[in-house]
Amino acid sequence: MAEAQAAVSARGGGGGGAPAALERGGLKADFPLLAHFGERLFGKKVRHVHAVDGVDLTVYRGETVGLVGESGCGKSTLARSVLRLYQPTAGSVKFEGREILNLPPAEMRRLRKDMQIIFQDPFASLNPRQTVEQIVGLPLRIQGVPKHEIRGRVLELLEIVGLPPGHIDRFPHQFSGGQRQRIGIARALAVRPKFVVADEPVSALDVSIQAQIINLLERLQEEFGLTYLFITHDLSVVSYVSDRIAVMYLGRIVEWAKTEDLFAEPLHPYTQALLSAIPTVERRGRRRERIILQGSPPTPIDPPGGCRFYERCFLKEKNETCRLVDPELVDLGNGRKVACHAVAGTL
Amino acid sequence: MATATPTTPVDGRAARRRAWARTREQLADFWRRFSKNRLAVVGGVVLLLVIIMGLFAPWIAPHDPTLPNFRNRFAPPAWMEGGSWEHPLGTDQLGRDMLSRIIWGARASLKVGAVVISFATVVGIFMGLVSGYYGGWVDVVIQRLSDILLAFPYLVLAIALMGVMGPGFGNLILALVYKEWVTPSRIVRGEVLAAKNVEYVEAARAVGARDRHIMWREILPNTFSSVIVVATLRVAWVILMEASLSFLGLGVQPPEPAWGSMIAQGREYIFSSWWLATFPGIAILLTVLGINLLGEGLRDALDPRLRE
Repeated sequence: MAEAQAAVSARGGGGGGAPAALERGGLKADFPLLAHFGERLFGKKVRHVHAVDGVDLTVYRGETVGLVGESGCGKSTLARSVLRLYQPTAGSVKFEGREILNLPPAEMRRLRKDMQIIFQDPFASLNPRQTVEQIVGLPLRIQGVPKHEIRGRVLELLEIVGLPPGHIDRFPHQFSGGQRQRIGIARALAVRPKFVVADEPVSALDVSIQAQIINLLERLQEEFGLTYLFITHDLSVVSYVSDRIAVMYLGRIVEWAKTEDLFAEPLHPYTQALLSAIPTVERRGRRRERIILQGSPPTPIDPPGGCRFYERCFLKEKNETCRLVDPELVDLGNGRKVACHAVAGTL
Repeated sequence: MATATPTTPVDGRAARRRAWARTREQLADFWRRFSKNRLAVVGGVVLLLVIIMGLFAPWIAPHDPTLPNFRNRFAPPAWMEGGSWEHPLGTDQLGRDMLSRIIWGARASLKVGAVVISFATVVGIFMGLVSGYYGGWVDVVIQRLSDILLAFPYLVLAIALMGVMGPGFGNLILALVYKEWVTPSRIVRGEVLAAKNVEYVEAARAVGARDRHIMWREILPNTFSSVIVVATLRVAWVILMEASLSFLGLGVQPPEPAWGSMIAQGREYIFSSWWLATFPGIAILLTVLGINLLGEGLRDALDPRLRE
């Protein structure tokens, strides 16, 4: 926690100087493995899936932070914990300097006006039994907008996200994927949030539609001064939208950098492997060596100590320290942090 | 565009009109899919006839179903030797008109079926929602209770209950409802568990919707189609149970006509006057079959998983 705040003040003088829109420190989200009633009865130890394990993340106002990582590394869990859709087991989440993890329900409800989420699956994220007006109007209703104003507000929102107003009485199944995602965006924008989590907002869409949605998100950011936490496994998307990028591996952040820095010189071996996997269209020039990682990530069920990437690490330098000592996220200056013994020189 | 929307008091009426148009569209959509299934339509028609019989029994039935006529006992159906159109399906051992008794019997069966399933569905929806949504010990308690109820054979316990409580309409309903709620509750619970983590529920939570809203407005409407299908199919089962109990003399009490008790009484004369037991048997068969066909048609037409 202290570390996250230090980062804020250090940046305050030099960089953008914007106050942190969102900080979270040492966030942990553990899920008890479903134990049988009988097992619990007889005092069997409940094991936990450590989906997110001690993550520190700060997002400044007006910026876009990209959160990258492979499936199952805890990106979405992290995002949902921040919005308190899951209650994290430990840690803190501060929104504009205010701790939100222990807010009483009524206040949390008020705060939800400021933080919204755009979901990955445009088919699952819209209730099939509700019309666009009902879906987009729900946040307005909850925040106490008078009934007779809702329809007008929904129409405005449809216009903002580029949907024909005539579609307001339609059901989700009458729309295409891209249009559905626009509805989801309209819903997220309905209450004029400050901070929006975009959980893989384009990965379920066709590539041509992806560009449209990303452009829409960028335009909305400018127009409404939004702050984004952009979650994705698609590095080309993330490089396009993000100011800074956090790379996640098995519930931990392993590298933090400004977007240009990360792509210019990835430090953590996992980041290197990720970047090398981006398909390129360059014919001439240097072709990057493709790094193919061996094996798959270890299970997040009670993971062993030491570096979590140890089993798959391809660095020559790796040694016993890596296997036994969990590397901390070390600040290398200039907004760069990395959790690797070899890179940070703590071998 | 936004300026074009009326935000005046007229809005309420316009909203209702839109809602009605929406409903009509959905109904038309449903009918298109349902009517493709011929058997289901036949089942629906059969059930509709039974319902009309039950509802309008006093006007349709040609005779008083409980009035004996000892000079005309065991009259055969109209198309047989010695039969007359006065009693199209003949008369029973007390000379009562079979057709009238079957028409009135429909009323008894439907009444029990409708009341039992209504209670069971309401209780079941509530239990299923609570059990699935809150989980934890609430879920454990409700589910273990369901298991216990399901472990008893339906009819045996119903017989025992009726034996202890004594016959009567209220007791009959009770003896059938006490575990009939388990089926809809299991269905709803399953749907709730599936829907609980779907993104539209998370979206509702993310905008600050309360549990009540999420349970009743977001999740429940998506379970309706399964609930309707299960309720329809279970009506057939309840009617069978009612007939079984009446057959055993524990259900609808004489002289009120019920198909089950008619079969029980006609059983003794099956070799001399077969129509006494056969016609109520056919009535049960057709009703149960009709409901099942209808239910399966509904399932195919309503289940969103079979769409698209």
